[in-house]
Amino acid sequence: MASTSISLRLTPIARYLLRRADDGLILGHRLSEWCGHAPMMEEDVALANIALDLIGQARLLYGYAAETEAAGHTEDDFAYLRDVDAYENILMVEQPNGDFAQTIARLFLYSAFIDSYWRRLAESSDTTLAAIGAKAEKESAYHLRHAGQWVIRLGDGTSESHQRVQKAIDLLWPFTGELFEADADEQVLIAKGLVPDPKALRENWQTLTGQVLCQATLTVPPENWMQRGGRHGNHSEHLGHLLSELQFLQRSYPGATW
Amino acid sequence: MTEITPLWEVFIRSRNGLSHKHVGSLHAADAPLALQAARDLYTRRGEGLSIWVVPSKSIVASDPADKDMLFEPTASKIYRHPTFYDVPEEVGHM
Repeated sequence: MASTSISLRLTPIARYLLRRADDGLILGHRLSEWCGHAPMMEEDVALANIALDLIGQARLLYGYAAETEAAGHTEDDFAYLRDVDAYENILMVEQPNGDFAQTIARLFLYSAFIDSYWRRLAESSDTTLAAIGAKAEKESAYHLRHAGQWVIRLGDGTSESHQRVQKAIDLLWPFTGELFEADADEQVLIAKGLVPDPKALRENWQTLTGQVLCQATLTVPPENWMQRGGRHGNHSEHLGHLLSELQFLQRSYPGATW
Repeated sequence: MTEITPLWEVFIRSRNGLSHKHVGSLHAADAPLALQAARDLYTRRGEGLSIWVVPSKSIVASDPADKDMLFEPTASKIYRHPTFYDVPEEVGHM
């Protein structure tokens, strides 16, 4: 593996796969930062498990992207040899972990979307995509349950935990708009029945998050301006710092293997 | 910490059936979270198909000081071991 960044010639499907893979890799990396730091040992293992699920999903998607791109790139090339602006994950997943409430709130908002998304992808006319969707959905269903249970307990817990998780929901809410975005390239894939239309999942997401936040005695933030840009490589300053750690080894010791 | 998150005992029934076996313990705030933590801590390598969690305080334990009274008398009763006759194969697991 060389140390310089790879250049990509992406078909719509390969680009789509990279975007979804980037979501999983970046969120998985963020959750892995809790390893050894979670509030209790049990939660430490739970977050590491979830991180591994997400990175595993990313690997499947990167692998399939490499196959469809057919440019000799590997899943590792995609992860380690792309600069910030070549990453096209949504902005929410790259946001810093903050406190435990913020990490859980982010996982909840993401899982509430992606679980039904994977379930729909399992019905794709492409058998590989359908298989990825079917495998990922079993994992995301658990992530949703775990994060949802915590949101309820933090929201309906002490005044301190309530205030922290409400603050986290308010902070992350403007990042949820990107969950439902699909550009013109993706619209083509949607029309072909290859991938689900994220917009069609919005109502279900609103109902689900609304129910959990209500049970958690939390307030759903009002409809407002939404942050966007991640799907086109315009990131917050946080992603560069994350990648400098994630890519350090391959950048400093090109081609290192173990 | 232990007041907010009491101790739970975890029992897992493995893939090959038979009974739930004690595998360890964990701290959790309530039953649903204890079940999730048990899944995360004790079934990471495909160990189980069913999980029980039981509040540790619900377990009634024998007193180690009673060891002699409770367990010593069985040592001399080897005829209780099923080693003096052949178990027919059709019986299966005993």
